[in-house]
Amino acid sequence: MQPNLTHLRQLEAESIHIIREVAASFERPVMLYSIGKDSSVLLHLARKAFYPAPPPFPLIHVDTTWKFREMIEFRDRMAAEYGFDLIVHINQDGVERGIGPFTHGSSLHTDVMKTESLKQALNKYKFDAAFGGARRDEEKARAKERVFSFRTETHRWDPKNQRPELWDIYNARINKGESIRAFPISNWTELDIWQYIYLEQIPIVPLYYSAKRPVVERDGMLIMVDDDRMPLNPGEKPEMKSVRFRTLGCYPLTGAVESEAATLPDIIQEMLLTRSSERQGRMIDHDQAGSMEKKKQEGYF
Amino acid sequence: MAHKSDLIADDILGYLKAQEEKSLLLFITCGSVDDGKSTLIGRLLWDSKLIFEDQLAALESDSRKVGTQGGEIDFALLLDGLQAEREQGITIDVAYRFFSTDKRKFIVADTPGHEQYTRNMATGASTADVAVILIDARKGILTQTRRHSFITSLLGIKHIVLAVNKMDLIDYDQSKFDEIVAAYQEFAAQLNYSSITAIPLSALRGDNMIEASANTPWYSGPTLLAHLETVQVEQDAINKPFRLPVQWVNRPNLDFRGFSGTVSSGRVKPGDEIVVTASGQTSKVKDIVTFDGNLDEAIAGQAITLTLEDEIDISRGDVLAPVDAKPDFADQFEARIIWMHEDHLLPGRPYIIKMGGQVTNAQISDLKYKVNVNTLEHVAGKTLELNEVGIANISTDKALAFDPYDDNRHSGRFIIIDRFTNATVGAGMVNHSLRRATNIKWQEMDINKGARAYQKGQKSVVLWFTGLSGAGKSTVANLVEKKLHALGKHTYTLDGDNVRHGLNKDLGFTDADRVENIRRVGETAKLFVDAGVITLVSFISPFRSERQLARSLVEKDEFIEVFIDTPLEVCEQRDVKGLYKKARAGEIANFTGISSPYERPENAEIVVNTTDQSAEEAAEQIVAKLEEFGVLGAWYPDI
Repeated sequence: MQPNLTHLRQLEAESIHIIREVAASFERPVMLYSIGKDSSVLLHLARKAFYPAPPPFPLIHVDTTWKFREMIEFRDRMAAEYGFDLIVHINQDGVERGIGPFTHGSSLHTDVMKTESLKQALNKYKFDAAFGGARRDEEKARAKERVFSFRTETHRWDPKNQRPELWDIYNARINKGESIRAFPISNWTELDIWQYIYLEQIPIVPLYYSAKRPVVERDGMLIMVDDDRMPLNPGEKPEMKSVRFRTLGCYPLTGAVESEAATLPDIIQEMLLTRSSERQGRMIDHDQAGSMEKKKQEGYF
Repeated sequence: MAHKSDLIADDILGYLKAQEEKSLLLFITCGSVDDGKSTLIGRLLWDSKLIFEDQLAALESDSRKVGTQGGEIDFALLLDGLQAEREQGITIDVAYRFFSTDKRKFIVADTPGHEQYTRNMATGASTADVAVILIDARKGILTQTRRHSFITSLLGIKHIVLAVNKMDLIDYDQSKFDEIVAAYQEFAAQLNYSSITAIPLSALRGDNMIEASANTPWYSGPTLLAHLETVQVEQDAINKPFRLPVQWVNRPNLDFRGFSGTVSSGRVKPGDEIVVTASGQTSKVKDIVTFDGNLDEAIAGQAITLTLEDEIDISRGDVLAPVDAKPDFADQFEARIIWMHEDHLLPGRPYIIKMGGQVTNAQISDLKYKVNVNTLEHVAGKTLELNEVGIANISTDKALAFDPYDDNRHSGRFIIIDRFTNATVGAGMVNHSLRRATNIKWQEMDINKGARAYQKGQKSVVLWFTGLSGAGKSTVANLVEKKLHALGKHTYTLDGDNVRHGLNKDLGFTDADRVENIRRVGETAKLFVDAGVITLVSFISPFRSERQLARSLVEKDEFIEVFIDTPLEVCEQRDVKGLYKKARAGEIANFTGISSPYERPENAEIVVNTTDQSAEEAAEQIVAKLEEFGVLGAWYPDI
């Protein structure tokens, strides 16, 4: 008897199905490329979906100007290697106003440089569908997110008024100006992502692997001093520690964990033996209870 | 138990290797919070160690604040996602949860159990292979048990776990358990399940959840988790005939033409002979192309790209199948429908049906009966409201390829979309086709519409006269027909009042009947157009959607809307039939212009003003326009 598909192969096939549906149903799809591990998996799946053709849509990176330098290097290297069409969008208005996480706090910075910037980019290029790498297991508010998530003309998400989604049939009808966010890896867990990266040998940003890096401890989080824009408090001195990141974003807002895990199996092993969920390293969730749900309603991914 | 494996610490590579062999199971839990559903799922997550320390800290503090377990950990709190729902203390959508053991990864669709959330349960059940139906051992089989069972069987779930929970509260009494199971089996005999596995449980205490309980020595079956780890569901799709709904035509260059899609059932190999269901064209599979290399065989569930030996025309929406096991291909079928929207279903109204990649306009032409989801009784009804289930005949503009859903759960399923709001308003599963279009091809006549019209020296069109009662539609239409006749053109007039005396005499004036009235007149006009005749239709047709329906039945350039734009005051003043007087006196309900709106056409091809010009002048204006549109001239069609 033919062996059945393993869980990773089933997840992979489901994601490819979704990616093809979006490409076939919308006029101007785009893939949001955040450079993180989930984005790396998403890109890999998109390449599989259309092989031997390249993915029939561009990738867009919403650059807050505060990403880790290694992320930007990785992004540009991948774009060159795979030859994908990469759009980099920066909220120039935010840059002119000098918005940054140190001066304006995480909440305003994320609002202006990420959420607002994303909306700007979607409006500018008139994208009617945007792929994101969100997973339902990341956070409670996301457990009920649809695969095709409808957004109004102002990019708002209405959790009370979502379209029912049955089987693998997605309602792709929208009016002009409206759009959808599509989440092809909704049903993957963090462990699935890591196992798949390992199985398929997908390149990821080296920051996920442990190395000696300069960090300071703030509010219980280890923040890496990635460039000289980071103001040090009196008495603060960067220390070289063996750290790695479980999630990547703006370096001032992303906590490192002390770790010796320098290979993929080490990372997976560490993940299974330690017990704290990956979003804990993101400051955005700590601001207030239900904050993710609020951010999502406003248009954050 | 999950991830307990010492392999993680000692031999992570060995562990990863083992993990690659895991399968996936989707299941739905049916029951209410009172049955301990959230506790059951919470415990499965807990025991598979997918609750992290930070979530645990939040859970402990939440349990103290709003928990229902007297300060002890309330597993149910793990599951309620959205803030508003947490405050109401109830889950109101479909939430997906994930956990895994060493053998399987699980996706749990967690949906509320109340009747007003039938649509949510149907949504969750649509992708599930197994349903866990919770029963409170103290209460036995309730109305909701029957409802949950009916919905899961409606969506084609074949494997049921009857989770008889709260056994601790009836002292693990075997006879009570046996009674419940026997009663359930008797009820479920009508539901077409392949397996029912009954397990005595206490989710709260952990009895028979993960490990066999010492409290039920009389029970020798599997624990809940052991059963979920081993129940076989994958072969269900693989053993059906091969189906590949084409999602995407992959054409990177002139040398490669591939057809991409997910194998929905069966298996396929290079060399297999396949047929395109809609066109009947056949070819052989050349290669099964994937990013990871060409495959020797693909099975249900795999996302692939096929290349074929011959260049045949295939596009998105086509279904590839074996030559000797084709799906049905029909534009009329009977289906069971679950209505999912506050706006109720209107038979005859055009909706969009999306079945895989196949999209078409469709009408629910005849609602045969509704099914009471609590008692399974058949009830007569004209419409379906939110959360109601019914059996209906559906007719589509284009024929669709499908299998009856009960034969193949991966085919014959569709969603219903509102054409105007784009909302997903319903979901359906095909029972059977009504016309065996599989064997009947549309008969292409040698003498076609173009040939007939050419012989008459005209282009056949519909002239659709719309306007208020008394606007002068029939008068103007009559004059236009006389002029066309004098020019040697072949015409026919369908008059609203006249048609009601014959073809449509069974119809009244309800919303549903008005839609059907328009549909029949539109279809009749279409036949006349096919016969090559210039067809004049004189109909108040006050609603834009009605006129749009009529327009959609014929080709784009065959519909000419003539708006007789006579102001209400003028019509009322004329009142040729004395109807306005009656309407004002309240003797006629829903009278257009008085007690029912008239939606003015926005893009009528011809607008006629009868206040400034006579009927004769109006008729001349229309004939001149027809000349301009090329309806009257020598027309050289593609014969």
